[in-house]
Amino acid sequence: MLEIMILSFGGQGGVTAARLLAIAALNEGKFAQAIPQFGAERRGALVRSFLRISDNPIRRHSSVKNPDITAVFSEKILNIADVRAKTVVINSKQPKLENEEVYYVDASSIALELGLISAGWPIVNTAMAGAMAKVLGFNFESLKLAIGEIFSGRLAELNVKAAEKAYGGVKRWNA
Amino acid sequence: MKKILTGNYAVAEAVKMARTEFIAAYPITPQTTIVERLAEMVERGELSAEFVRVESEHSALAAVYGASAGGLRAFTATSSHGLLYMYEMCWWVANSRLPVVMALVTRTIGPPWNIHTDHTDLLTLRDSGWILAMSENAQEAFDLTLIGFKVAERIDLPFAVGLDGFQVSHTAEVVDIPEQEEIDRFLPERRRDRPFVIEPGNPITVGGLTTNECAMMLRHDMMRDIEKVGDLVRNSGYIRDYDLVEKYRLEDAEYVVVMMGAWCGDAKDAIDILRDEGVQIGMLRLRFVRPFPAKEIAKIDCKKILVVERDSSIGKGGIIATEVKSVADSPVQSVMAGLGGVDVGVEDFVAMFRRFVEGDLGEWWM
Repeated sequence: MLEIMILSFGGQGGVTAARLLAIAALNEGKFAQAIPQFGAERRGALVRSFLRISDNPIRRHSSVKNPDITAVFSEKILNIADVRAKTVVINSKQPKLENEEVYYVDASSIALELGLISAGWPIVNTAMAGAMAKVLGFNFESLKLAIGEIFSGRLAELNVKAAEKAYGGVKRWNA
Repeated sequence: MKKILTGNYAVAEAVKMARTEFIAAYPITPQTTIVERLAEMVERGELSAEFVRVESEHSALAAVYGASAGGLRAFTATSSHGLLYMYEMCWWVANSRLPVVMALVTRTIGPPWNIHTDHTDLLTLRDSGWILAMSENAQEAFDLTLIGFKVAERIDLPFAVGLDGFQVSHTAEVVDIPEQEEIDRFLPERRRDRPFVIEPGNPITVGGLTTNECAMMLRHDMMRDIEKVGDLVRNSGYIRDYDLVEKYRLEDAEYVVVMMGAWCGDAKDAIDILRDEGVQIGMLRLRFVRPFPAKEIAKIDCKKILVVERDSSIGKGGIIATEVKSVADSPVQSVMAGLGGVDVGVEDFVAMFRRFVEGDLGEWWM
């Protein structure tokens, strides 16, 4: 079983990203569980969302404490939270992290280019979900279907594009 | 068909597939998304039900009471303070023998203000005459909602489906949804030709002044009828097998834990870890609190039992442990943990169970 923590600021879409990846995992024939941080989903505050992916049914419901993978939706989060995990996926142009495996993608630029902006912020959830899907070894189609379940119309199209760009563009740092 | 659904959306889906005819509810976290979803379904025409918006939980259950007494399949949902606000009506519904189904998303009773899970709210219904079920995950919340209607309508008692606030209500996980035709076969329309249903041409009195003996007979009949729930659940004809309890690695267990709710999943993972170390430990999970599975507990043959519960009776201790002790043959130890939604996970259960087996477990709290 893989345990994943998503660190985001409220409003960036961390909870939705966990949900999208859980649906994508189901499309991959796996079991999955997406847990929003409970009770503190405030705009601008640090939000932890959890994701579990497994080949077998997932029974536990407690929070993820020691993630295998941590996704960081903004570099500013590094100033306020410890990022402990073997693997990190970060929204960055140049990640300064010492973790064993660091993957990075400029999700903010992808979102801005596509006009995925809400109240002045780039909404990076689908781009980050794209990068994470790649790191998880998912087929892009599984994520695309998931996006179609949650978004519709033009918004779905734009979000699929964002996810696709990040899926293709995510890179390993110092590999 | 497998879908990723939160526990709350799974309940809403079950209420829709049950072709529920009447819903009244008042929003309260963490229940709100159940009735939000149902309101959307009614608005979109996916569910042909009357959805009545009310100004309080007391009114919500009062409206559901009227609909159910009139023969409709009726549903509401609440949590914690909402349940306490509708508490008087809970007894009206039970003593009027109305087969209402209610989702109870468990939440700590304040103050201090807290929206996280604690089972004490569910257990305030313990003596009322409601059938009380507690699910472990979104799949069970879905299944027990449907089984709830079937059982409630067979014995004319209300049915509460418990699900842990956030841990099940807001956690999205895999739920296997049957076809509508399968549900229709399992749960046909509610029969109106039952006692306790007000029908034109067949007037009855509900809640009138009676003799003392009549009031006593009512409670006697309810006690007798609720004992049929075990057989009804086991033989409900539902697509998955259900029972009042779940037995997990119990057969050769020298040490047995008794628990209910979402954290049982974490406890099962802990049991597997200890089993790998050679510790003979298992679980009897309470899927129902009322009727209390006394026979199943009395049958446990082991060195000792540990009850781990997320509730508290001030001045006595664990509510479930008190009940387990009253019927168990083996010595019973009691631990209250996770009150106020304090996170208790696999590692905590490994440590707790190890100390229990070694005879070194005192109070736990956090």
